[in-house]
Amino acid sequence: MTSIGIPQEADVGQRLVAATPRTVAQLVALGYDVLVESGAGERATFADAAYVDAGAQIVDAARAWGADVVTAVDAPTDAQVALLTRGAMLVALLAPAAKPERVATLAAAGVTALALDAVPRISRAQALDVLSSMSNVAGYRAVIEAADEYGGMFSGQVTAAGKTPPAKVFVIGAGVAGLAAIGTADSLGAQVRAFDVRPEVGEQIESMGAQFVREPLAQQEISADGYAKPLTEAQEAAALDVYAREAAEADIVVTTALVRGFAPTTITAEMVAAMRPGSVIVDLAAPGGGNCELTVPGERVVSPNGVVVLGWTDLAGRMPQHTSQLFGTNVVHLMQLLTPGKDGVLVLDLEDPVQRGMTVASGDEVMWPPPAVAVSAAPAGPAGPSEEELATARAAAAQAAALRKQRRTIGFALAAVLLTLGISFAPTAFLGHFTVFVLAVFVGYYVISNVSHSLHTPLMAQTNAISGIILVGALLQIGSDDLVVTILACVAAAVASINIFGGFLVANRMIRMFRRDA
Amino acid sequence: MTLVSLAQATYLLAAVLFVLSLAGLSKQESARRGNVLGMVGMVLALAATIALALRESVRPALVTAVLIALVLAIGAVIGTWRARRVEMTQMPELIAMLHSFVGAAAVLVGYNSYLTEEPDAVHLVEVFLGVLIGAVTLTGSVVAYLKLSGRTSSAPLKLPGRNLLNLAALVVSAGLMVWFIVSPSLVPLVAMTVIALALGWHLVASIGGGDMPVVVSMLNSYSGWAAAAAGFMLSNDLLIVTGALVGASGAILSYIMCRAMNRSFVSVILGGFGTEEGTVVAGGPVGEHRELQAADVAALLRDARSVVITPGYGMAVAKAQYPVADLVRRLRERGVKVRFGVHPVAGRLPGHMNVLLAEAKVPYDIVLEMDEINDDFEDTDVVLVIGANDTVNPAALDDPASPIAGMPVLEVWHARDVIVFKRSMATGYAGVQNPLFFRDNTAMLFGDAKDQTDKILAAL
Repeated sequence: MTSIGIPQEADVGQRLVAATPRTVAQLVALGYDVLVESGAGERATFADAAYVDAGAQIVDAARAWGADVVTAVDAPTDAQVALLTRGAMLVALLAPAAKPERVATLAAAGVTALALDAVPRISRAQALDVLSSMSNVAGYRAVIEAADEYGGMFSGQVTAAGKTPPAKVFVIGAGVAGLAAIGTADSLGAQVRAFDVRPEVGEQIESMGAQFVREPLAQQEISADGYAKPLTEAQEAAALDVYAREAAEADIVVTTALVRGFAPTTITAEMVAAMRPGSVIVDLAAPGGGNCELTVPGERVVSPNGVVVLGWTDLAGRMPQHTSQLFGTNVVHLMQLLTPGKDGVLVLDLEDPVQRGMTVASGDEVMWPPPAVAVSAAPAGPAGPSEEELATARAAAAQAAALRKQRRTIGFALAAVLLTLGISFAPTAFLGHFTVFVLAVFVGYYVISNVSHSLHTPLMAQTNAISGIILVGALLQIGSDDLVVTILACVAAAVASINIFGGFLVANRMIRMFRRDA
Repeated sequence: MTLVSLAQATYLLAAVLFVLSLAGLSKQESARRGNVLGMVGMVLALAATIALALRESVRPALVTAVLIALVLAIGAVIGTWRARRVEMTQMPELIAMLHSFVGAAAVLVGYNSYLTEEPDAVHLVEVFLGVLIGAVTLTGSVVAYLKLSGRTSSAPLKLPGRNLLNLAALVVSAGLMVWFIVSPSLVPLVAMTVIALALGWHLVASIGGGDMPVVVSMLNSYSGWAAAAAGFMLSNDLLIVTGALVGASGAILSYIMCRAMNRSFVSVILGGFGTEEGTVVAGGPVGEHRELQAADVAALLRDARSVVITPGYGMAVAKAQYPVADLVRRLRERGVKVRFGVHPVAGRLPGHMNVLLAEAKVPYDIVLEMDEINDDFEDTDVVLVIGANDTVNPAALDDPASPIAGMPVLEVWHARDVIVFKRSMATGYAGVQNPLFFRDNTAMLFGDAKDQTDKILAAL
């Protein structure tokens, strides 16, 4: 039977674990034997006993690494690679772009390696996107860290002892982490402003509760693949202006700008110098070198003017319980994808763009980088008609509308003339009635146009009732000496009066149901 | 002052009251007053008419009086019985049936008018047109009633060359009218009545169930014109005014409905959705959807700050308005901001959803129209789509090739989460696949809307 190994992370600072008792149960349900290294979940507050309860076996390091599938958080050390069996599968954060030599080592060891940080960004793959999960947590934690450092309250207060203003938070970059930071800061009561070079994320920023800082000069056109692109020089200068302006105003700056693993500088030392003492900068891009010039990855730095710069690289790991759960669930989703029969039989389908994209080594060969995937992040692009075509179409439509309007005017005029001529030949009595009729139609038009949409059904019942006024005609005919006429009139009067009674009463019943919010 | 002039004065008063009655319906606050004013107008008009009828009765006045009392009693009993018993979900059927009564009365009054009055050309034209409109209204409404009550299939009847058939019916009727004027006799009148009855039946039979809001309001309009035509032949201004008011009312409602579907009135009248153009793209599922259970939805709702519910005909079918109203009450007690977004063509009657929600005691000021709520979806946490499909279809805006392209829709997809209550993944009335279901922020809750809402309530 295929086994899945969950080893303890080598780095003592890594508090995450690749599976929690809950996800172990799901893996067992997929038909796998789960081997958890003793103490693997300890730093994430999961005891060995909990894993056993979920159906896992507790083993030593050698057996965990010797499993058919090994899922870990960090990439293995060389010593750990040596424990892997030939033909085994390794699932972990491998950073294939940054560490090609690691991929080569794994390929040489005959290991099939799946990089959890190389999941293609397509909708279907979201369920296994570990980076999204971790960014989300990191964004949340960044705000919590900032709140801890900041010497004030996030929400504005009005008390008997006077009032305090809400904290001003500025978030740079509206990726998953940025949006999570916005949401967290907003829910703590801060005033949040956010900027991103991709104008299309403005909607998402606003939906999370922040104000989107618009700066057309600094923002590029809609991106086709959902990722930000490197900026042109002019855009960069304009963006820096925005950062300088917003940072000087803010109490908290959360910067999350990462363009394909590379961290551009967003907050210069000069900008930090312009900030108020006691302000806090949280640099989520610290693992990539940092967005702020003062950032030291993994360190807390205080600038000469008293601004705190946090360069923590383990934000997600600071909440090991939930992060491990999310990470583990992503792993479970991957295993579900790899186990189509839910029978513990592993099937790697390299035709599937998601699986192919993650596979960095297989069959002694390096598989990185994968062929490009058509990304579905933004539907805009070459599919739509060009601006020019649209303009032509619009002009044509306008012309057609004008023509239609002209024709309609002529038609109306013609009809009016004909009608006038026709009427002038009609008898006087008819003319009088016709005048009444036309005026009544117009009165009806203006009266009904004002009726609230929600009352249209009662309106129909009511008009139904009053159109039963045809009863008047029938009643006058009942007294005729012709029996047939009387019978017909009686039938007509009966149905018309059903209308009157039924219509009024049902309209009344409906109208009485409408009530205002008390 | 004679009785006739007194009656005329009363008629004028009644006409004014009718206008005020309809004006009163423009707002919920004044709607009850409008309803009462209409009743008062009707009582005045009938009293004046009965006085006139008794005086001019050729038979002994007592016989006439008894007959009148009898027919009014019949009408009162049946009308009251129907009005009290009808379920709000059956309102479209009732309204359609009432239209057919006006049509029937117009036909009968037209015949009587022909039989009792001196034939002169103008009068003959009036009789002819009155009967024509009445007959079309009669059978059209009967078919609409049958379709709405599910007694016949609501699928459009597709006769070959149906537009030609309709045109032929009109041309033949015009010919018969000439014959009728030249030599007045019952033959052309009866022949035309038969043709008009067939025309009315065919017109509505070839329109599909989802276009019924338009059809019903159109028939509402016809019933008004029929009453107006009767007014012309009887030289009665009250009938003319009332008929014109009702005719205009129905016409405006039809126009509003058509605009809400971005379709021309003519294309609705002339037959089912896309049947002619063959543009219906059934299309299989175009992506993967996410499914949730009632408990998950309850959890989402518990954490939401702002919720919008967009009901559709499915809610009426499942009679889910009561549990939905309970849900709304519970959420509002928890401080959640709950509102409804109603598309103009939701349901089978203009304003149908509003009546159903009012019946379940949902306050009307949280029931908003499409234009009022469309901008607010961005700030909405959870949208519950209950039994609606085409009215929340993003393809109407995104996909110019879609059969419903250009139709204004509720832009629910801007919300954080969208939950769609649905029986299955089948397409909506228009037969158009709904890309909403495959969006990342959409989840499906399958099953009967009423059961599912009950389960959510239990989980809350």
